[in-house]
Amino acid sequence: MYNFEFQKPGSIEDAVAALRHEDAMPLGGGQTLLPTMKARLASPTRLVSLGGIPGMKGVSSSGDTLIVKGGTTHAIVAREAGGVFPGLAQLASHIGDAAVRSRGTIGGSLANNDPAACYPAAALGTGATIKTDRREIAADEFFQGMFSTALDEGEIITEVRFPIPQAANYQKFLQPASRFAMVGVFVARFADGVRVAVTGAGNDGVFRWSEAESALSSNFSADALAGLSVSADDMIADIHGSGAYRAHLVKELTGRAVLAAS
Amino acid sequence: MKISMTVNGKEVAREVEDRRLLVDYLRQDLGLTGTHVGCDTSQCGACVVHVDGEPVKACTMLAADAEGAQVKTIEGMAGKDGTLHAIQAAFQEHHGLQCGFCTPGMIMSAAALLKENPKPNEHEIREYLDGNICRCTGYHNIVKAIMAASGQPVAIAAE
Ligand SMILES: Cc1cc2nc3c(=O)[nH]c(=O)nc-3n(C[C@H](O)[C@H](O)[C@H](O)COP(=O)(O)OP(=O)(O)OC[C@H]3O[C@@H](n4cnc5c(N)ncnc54)[C@H](O)[C@@H]3O)c2cc1C
Ligand code: FES
Ligand code: FES
Repeated sequence: MYNFEFQKPGSIEDAVAALRHEDAMPLGGGQTLLPTMKARLASPTRLVSLGGIPGMKGVSSSGDTLIVKGGTTHAIVAREAGGVFPGLAQLASHIGDAAVRSRGTIGGSLANNDPAACYPAAALGTGATIKTDRREIAADEFFQGMFSTALDEGEIITEVRFPIPQAANYQKFLQPASRFAMVGVFVARFADGVRVAVTGAGNDGVFRWSEAESALSSNFSADALAGLSVSADDMIADIHGSGAYRAHLVKELTGRAVLAAS
Repeated sequence: MKISMTVNGKEVAREVEDRRLLVDYLRQDLGLTGTHVGCDTSQCGACVVHVDGEPVKACTMLAADAEGAQVKTIEGMAGKDGTLHAIQAAFQEHHGLQCGFCTPGMIMSAAALLKENPKPNEHEIREYLDGNICRCTGYHNIVKAIMAASGQPVAIAAE
């Protein structure tokens, strides 16, 4: 890994200021960024660790919203979100392995928008709001294709606001070598309808399966999916699975998530 | 830059490059070579140490980011008189190691598991050790050792 300058500011304002520097990048848990830098696929000149900012960690709820601060680790969400939003705690508790969960953060995961990452499915699948140091972005606008988001350079995710569903479940079909999702489906049922978000499968990254959403909104049962399918042509095809295989998994896992959330 | 932290109960401070990984800081600067590097790509878990009580892959954390932290490595597990920690003793007793390369990471992960879940079942142990790869043992004896260390009977089904 090429050398860089390390900074660890104590406030969001100082972090934003430190990021106004050519090729500076925020450092969350480093569980994606450090391996990427070792592979020399990223070579920031300055890393601004967000780990020293007290207001960047924690889980709380207010009415029907769960608020997760941007620097909250997967381990903390797994431990603390379960009371009001068990579907999210369950998702967080299956990200990577225990050591990854001790360091990796929700902000880093969403900012990275890996096409096989878990949190993007929960954010899109609940219609979460991503709050940054400068604005609020709806999940439907935030994810813009593989590894690409609405974030500007140096913009920091400070919190994520999840509407708490009546019931939700995340089904992850593990890709055992990477520990990411081969395919993952997040299903959330709200008073006004059902949302379904799929990760690991789409050529353009995380996506909503709208046909399934309308079918499930009128009949919340796996049977409602009977005549539906996603197109294999829109799916990722790689050595781990063909497009047709992933398309099959999308439907299968959606059914399992509905069953588990019923 | 100058960094300071507590490693195995001792205050240490050193001048390091900003890019210094925690694992290289422990092994090369402090001479604590019990923590191993199996992959350097965040996959194998041989480098797991505890940072403020939580298991962390030391190859995937900057030393500078551990400023002020409490770090515990495999060298900090045994008592001052050399008495093995219960998990270490159980690994010895139940042949939880062959070449021993993965063992420091296994022990540190197992200790983190038992802190969170003092009486895990076999499935929970296997799931928790997802990020720790062993090329020798086939895991059975590692699972047995952790069962034993948690004070549970060790009979386990083959999986
Ligand atoms: C072995 C292994 C298995 C994994 N398995 C899974 C899995 O199953 N599912 C899954 O979803 N993920 C998985 N991950 C990825 C893991 O969840 C990462 O923690 C996560 O993707 C990135 O979070 P981070 O905090 O580590 O971010 P970093 O690696 O520090 O940063 C990632 C990117 O986000 C930016 N960034 C960080 N924080 C912020 C912020 N608050 N605001 C704006 N930008 C920010 C950084 O500049 C960088 O571009 C795995 C990782 C490993 C090493
Ligand atoms: S050396 Fe750190 S995970 Fe393999
Ligand atoms: S004992 Fe050899 S790798 Fe585990």
